[in-house]
Amino acid sequence: MSLNRTYPSIQIAGDPTVSMSSTEKLGAGLSGLGFLFLLVAGFTGQTNPILFLILSLGLLSLGGVIFSIERYQKQHAPGVDNNGVMFSPSTRRSFFTWNLAILITGFYVLLYWFPGTLEGLIRTVDPLSYTLRGKAADQWFLYGTFYTVAVLVMGFRAILKYRHNRYQIIRTISVMFFQLFLAFLIPALLIMLQQPEFYFSYFWPLKYDYFFPGTLNSLEQAGGWGVFMVRWAVVIAFIGVPVLTYFFGKRWYCSWVCGCGGLAETAGDQWRQLSDKSMKAWKVERWMIHSVLVFIVATTALLWINADSGNMILREASNGFNKTYGFLIGMAFSGVIGVGFYPIMGSRVWCRFGCPQAAILGIIQKYFSRFRITTNSSQCISCGNCSTYCEMGIDVRAYAQRGQNIIRASCVGCGICANVCPRGVLSLENGPTKGRYNEPVLVPESEIMMPRRGDAKNEEWRERAFSQE
Amino acid sequence: MQKKNVVIIGNGISGITAARFIRKFSDHRITVISEESDHFYSRTALMYIYMGHMTYENTKPYEDWFWKKNRIELVRGYVTKVDTEKKGLMLTGGDIVYYDVLILATGSKSRKFGWPGQDLRGVQGLYNLQDLELMEENTQGINRAVVVGGGLIGIEMAEMLHSRHIPVTFLVRESGYWTNILPTEEGLMISRHIREHHIDLRLETELKEILPDETGRVRAIITNKNEEIACQFVGLTTGVMPNIEFLRDSGVEVGRGVMINNYFETNVPDVYAIGDCGQFREPRSGHPPIEQLWYTGRMHGETVARTICGERAAYDRGVWFNSAKFLHIEYQTYGFVASRPQDGEESLYWEHPDGHHAVRINYRASDGVVIGSNFFGIRHNQAVWERWLRERRTIDYVLEHLGAANFDPEFYTQFERAVVKQYNERYWGRKVMLKRKRGVRSRLLELVGTE
Ligand SMILES: Cc1cc2nc3c(=O)[nH]c(=O)nc-3n(C[C@H](O)[C@H](O)[C@H](O)COP(=O)(O)OP(=O)(O)OC[C@H]3O[C@@H](n4cnc5c(N)ncnc54)[C@H](O)[C@@H]3O)c2cc1C
Ligand code: SF4
Repeated sequence: MSLNRTYPSIQIAGDPTVSMSSTEKLGAGLSGLGFLFLLVAGFTGQTNPILFLILSLGLLSLGGVIFSIERYQKQHAPGVDNNGVMFSPSTRRSFFTWNLAILITGFYVLLYWFPGTLEGLIRTVDPLSYTLRGKAADQWFLYGTFYTVAVLVMGFRAILKYRHNRYQIIRTISVMFFQLFLAFLIPALLIMLQQPEFYFSYFWPLKYDYFFPGTLNSLEQAGGWGVFMVRWAVVIAFIGVPVLTYFFGKRWYCSWVCGCGGLAETAGDQWRQLSDKSMKAWKVERWMIHSVLVFIVATTALLWINADSGNMILREASNGFNKTYGFLIGMAFSGVIGVGFYPIMGSRVWCRFGCPQAAILGIIQKYFSRFRITTNSSQCISCGNCSTYCEMGIDVRAYAQRGQNIIRASCVGCGICANVCPRGVLSLENGPTKGRYNEPVLVPESEIMMPRRGDAKNEEWRERAFSQE
Repeated sequence: MQKKNVVIIGNGISGITAARFIRKFSDHRITVISEESDHFYSRTALMYIYMGHMTYENTKPYEDWFWKKNRIELVRGYVTKVDTEKKGLMLTGGDIVYYDVLILATGSKSRKFGWPGQDLRGVQGLYNLQDLELMEENTQGINRAVVVGGGLIGIEMAEMLHSRHIPVTFLVRESGYWTNILPTEEGLMISRHIREHHIDLRLETELKEILPDETGRVRAIITNKNEEIACQFVGLTTGVMPNIEFLRDSGVEVGRGVMINNYFETNVPDVYAIGDCGQFREPRSGHPPIEQLWYTGRMHGETVARTICGERAAYDRGVWFNSAKFLHIEYQTYGFVASRPQDGEESLYWEHPDGHHAVRINYRASDGVVIGSNFFGIRHNQAVWERWLRERRTIDYVLEHLGAANFDPEFYTQFERAVVKQYNERYWGRKVMLKRKRGVRSRLLELVGTE
């Protein structure tokens, strides 16, 4: 045996050329054609909107559906199917995914700051907008339409891909339902009925302006439904969120209801493995997400102080905060980076590093919740599938191989770790809070590494694991 | 504690676990010498690298900074010779490393049976990263592969090839897949599952000869039924054996593996052996003398670390269990399930009509005490089963509480009712009732007696 071989240069490149079946090609081709018509519509959409709507979004969706049926239903028996994920240029970080990221990011830039350039596309969805809302489309309606179509078509794909797993099926149907109805059709219907546009599935602080004095005042003034909306906003944020999170963990919202989560779990599912699992990323994550939370709480507080003082005190400051938050977090982070970077940083960049709602849910999940991922004692073979496919970048294996429950503020309870584990080690569960933070079962790997509740320092357990200070 | 210079050969699960625990318990100097890779990775995940589920990087359980931080020195090298008198090791290239305490954790290597043609190009086993790279090379552009040996690595190799759309012929000596270990029903169920995936499973078929083409690469194989099967790749997965040839002339006693007692001590003071490469002089009855498993390697490493750090600890492997995955069917076993019916034992076997789920529970005919269980396509909890088997629970008790051991994901169909029904139908007048549903609460009741 020679000593000179250098690893890890282990070159397992797979065979990215593995041929697509003709039906897969048909699906991909139709989608490509739909995309092409989307571009064309961008220039000439106004001439015949209905035709272009069908040719663009229609063909894109049809292609996606045909491809999914062939790829997941026909070619693969029910079961974990991640074959070739690390080889395919569409799912690993590659020239293709970088381009895709630039494309999506570019779209967001146009959408937020140069909507005029999207005029052609916006006109294409006019017929839909008139039907649903009784008025012409604007860029937000265009965005909502794209978003909902993406969640529905890619949700269909997710259901086929995970059809052996009932948790995944039900959860995916749930995000599809909430996106379609609460985040798309009902707001449209409200507009049709001349009521304030309101999203029942988003609350403060994710929908940050729902607690701003201006928003609440104008809702109150709208009377009737508006008053109900104000009540809803307050009750869900202060009572609904903590109570539901206590019983079910953060997942009830992040991977069952939320639209951002919905897009991540459907359109973003194919890129979940790209999230950074390092200790360093975890550190950055905790700093960032909690800073955003502080930022939005401060902004909201300032606005209220200003409003209470009859617009006298802190007016400049509160408006400045408001504008800065809206620009930096509301648009740049949650949209441009949050979705635009899916193909290179994984599907939950925003949820993990930025979302203030996730921060609150996370704190509740960590300290006051019945949710945990239980590990199956010594069955773990440290293979790493769970960590690899965790979209939140949690090193699930680090816990599993020590037989320790996984309770992490960031865990959205998507359940994919349990799905990909080949040894049945992981189980998402709600149960009594006593003993939730268990000692590692694999006996003496104990004390020094065990994160205990209330001891923030212990977050660093793994780093310090064996260092003898 | 006096500071010792501990050297470990092998950076697999057993060697690395030993290193980590020695660091935890002591301030000894720790050096790990290994040939295969710079860092510890998970051998059990080899198949997933080939299938494209993970990269090599994903299989490393610890980030690279971990080792320095914990003062575990890593040396990449192959030990050619051990001198137990001078307490020194020789590496390829001539470097010498001295030790106060030596731990041998050198694992296994693939076993071959001297078949004609077994060293041809395109013929290989699967044990390490080098094998994996070779397999990548050997399977480029081929149109049929043959896998020989119906064990756990064999089915993994078949699945790997299948994932790359390479047609596979799978030779199994027994009359059903792995039926030297699995009872017939389970072996047949898995055999059907293999065929469902269009893998050409040949039962009661053995390899006789491997034929070369003019370039010295495999062109075909001949079976014991004198059938010739054209192929460009042959995977030999007929077991592994301890990787210990470098110990010749070292004075360390070897049999099939390095001979050890229950403290992992060899015949030479300060030399220990753990993991796949050790062979127990006095194995517990019913247990194999050589344990070739991931979790036993981990237990060995932890136990030997205690001994080396001054608290001499005997090995207690606890209640036997294991798990695997056959294509899409997960398998778990607890306690002892013989492949053939044993005298004085009864067996409850339930299989779902879809052929993807099964339960077997074996118990003593005389008093109903449960001896072991098999689960297919249903996840169970190891801690609960360990407790039931240690406490010698009866079949009636186990069935009544079966839900407490269920570890399937939420919303999955539970099959306990069907299993219990079958049991009640078998014994007239027996009315076992399910008392526990799945969930944390049930499990806690079972494990600690309270919620
Ligand atoms: C494909 C495959 C799948 C498996 N799946 C499972 C599973 O699902 N569940 C399970 O329980 N077990 C499984 N096993 C078995 C399990 O991986 C082994 O039991 C375990 O890895 C053995 O660990 P170890 O530390 O004893 O040795 P190893 O992991 O073999 O490590 C020994 C290391 O020592 C090095 N070495 C050897 N000799 C020398 C020398 N002279 N000088 C320097 N270095 C040397 C070797 O290069 C090797 O890296 C699987 C094995 C394989 C091959
Ligand atoms: S928990 Fe499962 S997926 Fe994760 S490392 Fe362990 S065996 Fe692998």
